[in-house]
Amino acid sequence: MTRYTQPTTFYTEDHEWVTVHNDLATVGITHYAENALGDIVFVELPEVGAEFAPGDDMAVVESVKAASDVYAPIHGKVVEVNGALSDKPETVNESPTEKGWFCVLEIKDGAEIAGLMDEAAYKAYCETL
Amino acid sequence: MANTTADTTTETLKRTPLYDLHAECGAKLVPFAGYEMPVQFPAGVMEEHNWTRAHAGLFDVSHMGPCFLTLEDGIGGGDEAHAKIAAMIEEQVPSDITSLKPGQARLTVLLNEDGGILDDLIITRPIGDDAQGSLYIVVNGAMKEQDWGIFEKKLAGRAVLTRADDRILFALQGPEAADVMKDFFPGCEALSFMHHMPFELNGTRCIVSRCGYTGEDGFEVLVKPEAGIPLVKEMLTDERVKPIGLGARDSLRLEAGLCLYGHDLDPTTSPIEADLGWVIQKRRREAGDFPGAERILRERSEGPARKRVGIKPLERAPAREGTEIHIGGEKVGVVTSGGFGPSVGHPVAMGYIATAHAAPGTEVQLMVRGKARPAVVADLPFVPHNYKR
Repeated sequence: MTRYTQPTTFYTEDHEWVTVHNDLATVGITHYAENALGDIVFVELPEVGAEFAPGDDMAVVESVKAASDVYAPIHGKVVEVNGALSDKPETVNESPTEKGWFCVLEIKDGAEIAGLMDEAAYKAYCETL
Repeated sequence: MANTTADTTTETLKRTPLYDLHAECGAKLVPFAGYEMPVQFPAGVMEEHNWTRAHAGLFDVSHMGPCFLTLEDGIGGGDEAHAKIAAMIEEQVPSDITSLKPGQARLTVLLNEDGGILDDLIITRPIGDDAQGSLYIVVNGAMKEQDWGIFEKKLAGRAVLTRADDRILFALQGPEAADVMKDFFPGCEALSFMHHMPFELNGTRCIVSRCGYTGEDGFEVLVKPEAGIPLVKEMLTDERVKPIGLGARDSLRLEAGLCLYGHDLDPTTSPIEADLGWVIQKRRREAGDFPGAERILRERSEGPARKRVGIKPLERAPAREGTEIHIGGEKVGVVTSGGFGPSVGHPVAMGYIATAHAAPGTEVQLMVRGKARPAVVADLPFVPHNYKR
């Protein structure tokens, strides 16, 4: 298993970011995603201890207009959630990649990280949309 | 309006005469009622909503169905001509159209034989003896082909339908709307809610009505594109006016407790269930001479089985359309519109609930993604109406 001793960030086609540090992955949504959603008024976070497979519905973000699912990017078990989002969901708009993180997953299979996009690839991907 | 953004896009989408202006303003466009319409502008839904409640928001509603229904034998002839055309439309709607005063408008519903609502619409009686025998009618965009088909079929040989959906219909809504409008249409500020005046603008006739779909004071203007495009452009240069998309239109009308056709109203819903019994004036109730009168009058006296109510979620999770309403594990109703109310700062919804549980304050649970979330039945509107009476 590759060890990411320095935090390294990867991206999914569904506009989640995954920052990997050792065997933990912090997950949130990208600036592109929060911008497309608009004003976020509610975030439903997963339970600590819940386990997910890639593509599972892991969290929900709601804007004034609509509800959108946030998918699990990799196999993992939730070890921590960002409870501050319950009272201040707008943090996701204000600071999507820092204060607006959703949860931390314990990585089950480090090889899955290799299937995600790095920053340059994600940027190129967004330009095709 | 029906079916929101779920329109399939296999058909070619139409564009309103203001399409280029939306693009210039940076609108995000979505398919809606067969048209490519702005869902939001760069300000975003929340700011557009709040702007409209505080200042003046400009909405393109040219996708809707403005039309004129005119006696086959022509207009003119004063009250008698009005009585004749009003009696014809009263065959399809339960409101008293005959008693409208010149310039007055009324919300009503188009009914099927079972008393179900086929659409909600506004009918206006024109001003001036020479214009009597005609009605100005605005129906929902997604329902206009249906409604106009009904008018043409039922009134064949007696009245002529003239579509006016090639024109611009726009709304200016908010507490500063009247102040902005009076510079363009002097005198319109004196109109009271649900009244209209005709104006000449650069040689074309336009109709200014004091009404809207936000709960705020405001106006709707029907105008031909050649006069309307420069008019809207100039209005948007006023610092009190911003363009507003369908996203904020929906949150504004939901806070105001106003129905969205295809969601809060459909062909199974009666006006009594929808809490729109007030559209049926006394003369029509007593005569019982409208489609589905037997059901509607029975529900009015005995009470309907279900009723449209406001729902206030007590937590932060919005309850969207389709969310089941439960009491003690048993389904008692369903949410038909729901989202976040920027002016009240919490989620808001409306839906239908068994009449036994419809009293404001009744504690219910909303089944949001499998979890029971606490809510209460609430009075509508969530935000008081600010109409000019």
